[in-house]
Amino acid sequence: MLRALPVSPAVILLALFLAGPIGYCAYIAFTDLQLTGQAESSFVGLDNFREAFGDERFLNAVWLTLVFTFLSSIVGQNTLGLALATLMQRASKPVRTLTGAIVVTAWVLPEVVAGFLLYAFFRREGTLNAVLDFLHLPSQNWLFTLPILAVSFANVWRGTAFSMLVYSAALNEIPKEITEAAEVDGAGGWRRMWHITLPMIRRSIGTNLMLNTLQTLSVFGLIWVMTRGGPGNDSQTLPLFMYEQAFQKSMIGYGTAVALLLLLVGSLFSVVYMRLLRTEV
Amino acid sequence: MPVRPTTTPLLLAASTLLAAGTLTACGGGSGDDPDTVKISFKQSTDNQIRVMDTYLEDIKKQFEKENPGKKVKLVPIKAPDSEYYTKLQQMLRSPKTAPDLVYEDTFLINSDITSGYLKPLDTYLAKWKDWDQFIGTAKTAAKAADGKTYGVPDGTDTRGLWFSKGIFKKAGLPADWQPKTWDDVLAAARTVKKKVPGVTPLNVYTGKPAGEAATMQGFQMLAYGTGKDPLYDPAAKKWVTGSKGFKDSLKFVETVYDEKLGPDVSDALDPNFATRVRGELLPEDKLAINLDGSWLPQDWGKGAGHEWPEWSKKLGLAAMPTQNGQAPGKVSMSGGWTWAIPAKADNPDLAFKFIETMQTKANAKKWYIANSGIAVRKDVAADPTYVKAQPGIKFFTDLVASTYYRPAYPEYPKVSTAIQEAMESVTTGDSSVEDAASGYDEEVDSATDGQVIEK
Repeated sequence: MLRALPVSPAVILLALFLAGPIGYCAYIAFTDLQLTGQAESSFVGLDNFREAFGDERFLNAVWLTLVFTFLSSIVGQNTLGLALATLMQRASKPVRTLTGAIVVTAWVLPEVVAGFLLYAFFRREGTLNAVLDFLHLPSQNWLFTLPILAVSFANVWRGTAFSMLVYSAALNEIPKEITEAAEVDGAGGWRRMWHITLPMIRRSIGTNLMLNTLQTLSVFGLIWVMTRGGPGNDSQTLPLFMYEQAFQKSMIGYGTAVALLLLLVGSLFSVVYMRLLRTEV
Repeated sequence: MPVRPTTTPLLLAASTLLAAGTLTACGGGSGDDPDTVKISFKQSTDNQIRVMDTYLEDIKKQFEKENPGKKVKLVPIKAPDSEYYTKLQQMLRSPKTAPDLVYEDTFLINSDITSGYLKPLDTYLAKWKDWDQFIGTAKTAAKAADGKTYGVPDGTDTRGLWFSKGIFKKAGLPADWQPKTWDDVLAAARTVKKKVPGVTPLNVYTGKPAGEAATMQGFQMLAYGTGKDPLYDPAAKKWVTGSKGFKDSLKFVETVYDEKLGPDVSDALDPNFATRVRGELLPEDKLAINLDGSWLPQDWGKGAGHEWPEWSKKLGLAAMPTQNGQAPGKVSMSGGWTWAIPAKADNPDLAFKFIETMQTKANAKKWYIANSGIAVRKDVAADPTYVKAQPGIKFFTDLVASTYYRPAYPEYPKVSTAIQEAMESVTTGDSSVEDAASGYDEEVDSATDGQVIEK
């Protein structure tokens, strides 16, 4: 008992400021609480969840969230990060520093600023279309025709640095002798990557995928600034849907229920990655 | 390990501090002082803009001088609109945090009334001479479904048609243009499209990205010109569905975008389009007619980002006509803010006294001029210094007589989103007017728990 004493303040703090709000949220998700416009709230059981699964806009948001996460996090940030890290291993120092600086700048920019930059890039009179016009290729309003692709690209642009840093660290851990031995045995670049590098950094891949996915699932500001979830609901992922329900339509109870479901999606992803991590190399 | 013994007291100290911090933050009102009136208002997120702060400081001085022994404590909330509402609503929930006087948007005041956050002011208003100076429509701005009044408006805004005199000249349209019907508006836009290629003939805000601008500047400016109570029936206390006026308004939006009289659809559905209208399209003569609010010149003033002092020579103003020219011939919508007293306020009497000080004729005039607001007091509206303070002010003040306030009952935000969705689907051509209207009917029916009436 006495031994637990030193950690108790930390536990109390955690309980107060972390578990407390989460527990309160979980409770609200089962009520019809509104921000305003209602004298009293009441317990409604599973109504909010039933409503969500019957709401075609919610299902649309779930689908878009999965598309957004798959495209921008799993395919985009993760693969590009690994590619950049691998290339930078071979690059000369100035190239490495410069690339690193550019990629990391995109990462440290505040989300809203990044959103505006990419809005300016994709909009009708934006940079992308200027380049396409110059090349005599057809231009269009990307935020209108392919909104989910545009915001996914934006998230790749912003978040790749993180994967790159994780993978650079992992690659540096691989002993030079192993790679050199493989090279002597005549293994080409792709074979070395597939049979040596990837298995050896497997744990980093798992960790990186998990962190990336969780980060991407909760992206809000970027999409809000670029498309506000539109046109229609074509880029409305779960966090935007949640915001609309809770703060624009004042339905805190329903919004919180959606938040809980988002938490569930996140933990599903986590379980998959944890399994990936646990497998013996 | 010498670290361990020191961490515990440190953590303990930190936790006590944090706990103390949160506790005092909760009870920070110190609301027991009967001589202090606490006032919450929305402070601009832009540090350069201190119009309201300066004005309230000035009133505070007057008030403390006129009421010896009484104190005013200003509690600014620095936030954009939506976060201001959220913060305020949380404060109003508890007697510990509720201030004595709050600044409430007419958009949400009815929701806060339903929540029981606010106090009816009728007993105060009955004894207050100046209330007679308020224009009839403005008095209803903060009137709830129970017939009681919960707020004193400190000005309003109105809406109308802004048009480019330059483009009109090229198109051969008159500089003193005043359409009598919707068809006149469309006819002028068609003329512009034919004779002045390369400019957008007519902008009507539409769709979800435009948000409330689509509902209020766009849709309701049309709907309220089709007949009485197009959205909400106050007698039945029910939302209106299946109305012809609703479909006609959607038809107008469809016509604008279908005939390419409006902006390119992808521009119209850009969330930042309103900013471009004010900052680019109007000053650069790329937009002929714009259905928009009285506040546009705020962006063109000195030091406001898009300085454009010549606007009053380049732009003309016309009232939005009713559908077929039916009486009273013109339409405007109004919003604006009111001063209200929370139900849980400690010193409501003192708070109302503060409203009285703010709303003397002289102080009200000072405020309208400072924030380019539209007067809701007859005496100020007739005052020459107010009328001359800014070009266009007389035009927009005259519209107050034919203006409407939104049916901003608790369901309104949901109804408003449903309107935006219906508009968006006819704008993109995804659905017909009939389908969009029946989609709206279904939405409203479920959003209001069936509190609807077919018309």
